[in-house]
Amino acid sequence: MKKIIIYLYALFSFNCIAKSAETGGMPQLNPEFWFSQIFWLTITFGILFIILSKFILPKIRNNLETRKSQIMENIEIADNQKMKSENNLKEYDKIISDAKDTAKKTFNLAKEKIQLDLGKEREKIESELNSEIHDAENDIKDLKKSSPEKISLIAVDTAAEIIQKLIGVEVNKSNVTAIVNEQVKLMKGK
Amino acid sequence: MAANPMYQFNVYRIGPEIKIGEVDISFTNASLFMVISTLAILIVFNLGAKKKSLIPDKIQLLSELSYSFVSKMISDTAGAKAKPYFAFIFSLFMFVLFCNMFGMIPYSFTVTSHIIVTFVLAAFIFIGVTIIGFLKHGLGYLKLFVPSGVPIILLPLIVVIEIISYLSRPISLSVRLFANMMAGHTMMKVFGGFVVSLGLVGGWLPLGFSVALTGLEILVAFLQAYVFAILTCIYLNDALNLHH
Repeated sequence: MKKIIIYLYALFSFNCIAKSAETGGMPQLNPEFWFSQIFWLTITFGILFIILSKFILPKIRNNLETRKSQIMENIEIADNQKMKSENNLKEYDKIISDAKDTAKKTFNLAKEKIQLDLGKEREKIESELNSEIHDAENDIKDLKKSSPEKISLIAVDTAAEIIQKLIGVEVNKSNVTAIVNEQVKLMKGK
Repeated sequence: MAANPMYQFNVYRIGPEIKIGEVDISFTNASLFMVISTLAILIVFNLGAKKKSLIPDKIQLLSELSYSFVSKMISDTAGAKAKPYFAFIFSLFMFVLFCNMFGMIPYSFTVTSHIIVTFVLAAFIFIGVTIIGFLKHGLGYLKLFVPSGVPIILLPLIVVIEIISYLSRPISLSVRLFANMMAGHTMMKVFGGFVVSLGLVGGWLPLGFSVALTGLEILVAFLQAYVFAILTCIYLNDALNLHH
């Protein structure tokens, strides 16, 4: 295949050379427009270089840099937000555990206080009851002590009155008392 | 004369003859395509640079990708020191690329297929690089011609070879681009001629070749612009970072 191409190319090239001989070979080697080409190349390439380097390339560089920095910024912000939310989560957990603790404490405190109050009340009531019981016992004791004398007094009084009514004579109380006491002693002696 | 494959490279005057002294600087078809390429580059990249959206559209993406492409090419081959020459290399790459690509349009003119154009560009690069080298390193830049680790007996020979290779840089750089463009366009013209001369019966094979060659030539147009720019970077690298 290559051979065919080369053969055809050579064939055509001979033709070309034959034809271009009329116009003077390769146009590239014809110096007629060399200076024109150099001149226009300098102008166009110079303008291209100046405009690109002064106006266009800095803009593109800025665009690329702002994009880069913006992406970095966004990543930073995202990281910050992530950290913040993690902290918030921790705080939230802490608050919840704190609240649980305080609730427990308050509960315990209330329980203790209630028990304390209950104990105090009970003690108070018990002491009151005791004192009342004591008082009552004392009263009973007093009564027990005083009752025989009173009975004898009453007995004396009634005996005196009965005698008065029966016989209409005022009796000496001391006599009656002596008799009653005797009788009481007798009864006790029984 | 249209059948002559070299005819497409003819330069002819457009408009009046302009002369400064004895020098003819008339506006020609070559000048026209230089102007068209320049304008196209400026329009495309101005449109791309104008918009400043965070998410680029097509034309902005194009200009930004080109920017990153050339920027990466320079930093890969010549390092960070070559940053100040970015604008020049970018302009050079785009100019050569657009001239090559506009040359691919039928009946257009390929500016870079003329040795004088490529030679002027290459000579400018050569002189510029040499000046930069001497400014950066003084006479130490001459060490470029004395590679390290060469036996002393061979040194005179090596130095001569190095000097010749250095001096032939503008020629190799310009001829590479010019010859590639000229050969490619001549080939296409030749195959186009075959299609016509072989007619409806036999013209299909060269037509297929023509289509394939068009694709190849577009590749070559890009590749040669890239090679031109990357060789400039390599020469610049020699001048900026003296390794020898």
